[in-house]
Amino acid sequence: MRWTVLLIALALALAAAGDSALAAQAQPTSRDSVAAARAVKLSEKLRCLVCQNQSIADSNAELAQDLRGQIREQIAAGKTDDEIVAYMVARYGDFVLYEPPLKATTVLLWAGPALLVLGGFVGLMRFLATRRAAPAAPDLSPEERQRAERLLAGSEDRAA
Amino acid sequence: MRLKLLAPLAIFVVICAFLLVGLWRDPREVPSPLIGKPAPAFTLAQLHEPAKTLGPADLKGQVWLLNVWASWCVSCREEHPLLVALGKAGIVPIIGLDYKDETTAGKRWLSDNGNPYTTSVVDRDGKVGIDWGVYGVPETFVIDKSGTIRYKQIGPLTAEALETKIMPLIRELQKS
Repeated sequence: MRWTVLLIALALALAAAGDSALAAQAQPTSRDSVAAARAVKLSEKLRCLVCQNQSIADSNAELAQDLRGQIREQIAAGKTDDEIVAYMVARYGDFVLYEPPLKATTVLLWAGPALLVLGGFVGLMRFLATRRAAPAAPDLSPEERQRAERLLAGSEDRAA
Repeated sequence: MRLKLLAPLAIFVVICAFLLVGLWRDPREVPSPLIGKPAPAFTLAQLHEPAKTLGPADLKGQVWLLNVWASWCVSCREEHPLLVALGKAGIVPIIGLDYKDETTAGKRWLSDNGNPYTTSVVDRDGKVGIDWGVYGVPETFVIDKSGTIRYKQIGPLTAEALETKIMPLIRELQKS
């Protein structure tokens, strides 16, 4: 009897300890799972300026942590995704976006791949057209044809 | 026929030219969208007199520098002698933004290395840093009389940047 009481007490103590550990871990994330998902999605779209090949979501740089905090705070304050992105761009420029906006200076960047494919396609078509237009076998006169047949049959000496 | 053969070579040369130019460009220097824009407002406690505050509004009417530093920042040591010399010359007020730093560590760092700042303010949580688009301490901003940001140096100041860009800009701005 005393053992079971002791065991139950121990189990309860462990459960309580586990709970508080979990609570401590869960603290930094947003309570609302929709908001958390939005925060993650937004931070994946934004570049960390300290380690430039990582998004804010990937990076552990202090600035990235602070910016993730900013995103969470602004979501909690009811800002829209566009407003939060505009906030980041106002401070860090278009460079903070992994997907650059379509502007006069970025037209080539956006249209470049399509232009290359189109150019390649046009080049290929022209190449095929010239190949098709190339003359087939030249016309032979009757004597030449006879000689060719004889040559193919192997009945005439090559030197002749 | 000759021309057709040269085309791949020409394309190769153009690509090489682009790559070569890319070699000399520093990808860490991201052009700040804040240049030409009003300096973001803040009111922060001063490092040495926490009861007093300071902000860009208090500096309207003069050309000033904002230098972002921290006691934990290694490359701040590199530029510090230049700042100390500039501070001694007294040409322009230098406001220090002690970025994400402990005040005691910040104060000790200044007493150890010399204090070039007219005033230092404390940005404990880095929020003002974010407003100013700070991502690599040290950074230095030049702000004109109307409170507009005119120049940003990312990373440590160099004697060359001071002589060729910052000082001429300050002189020009002070005249106007």
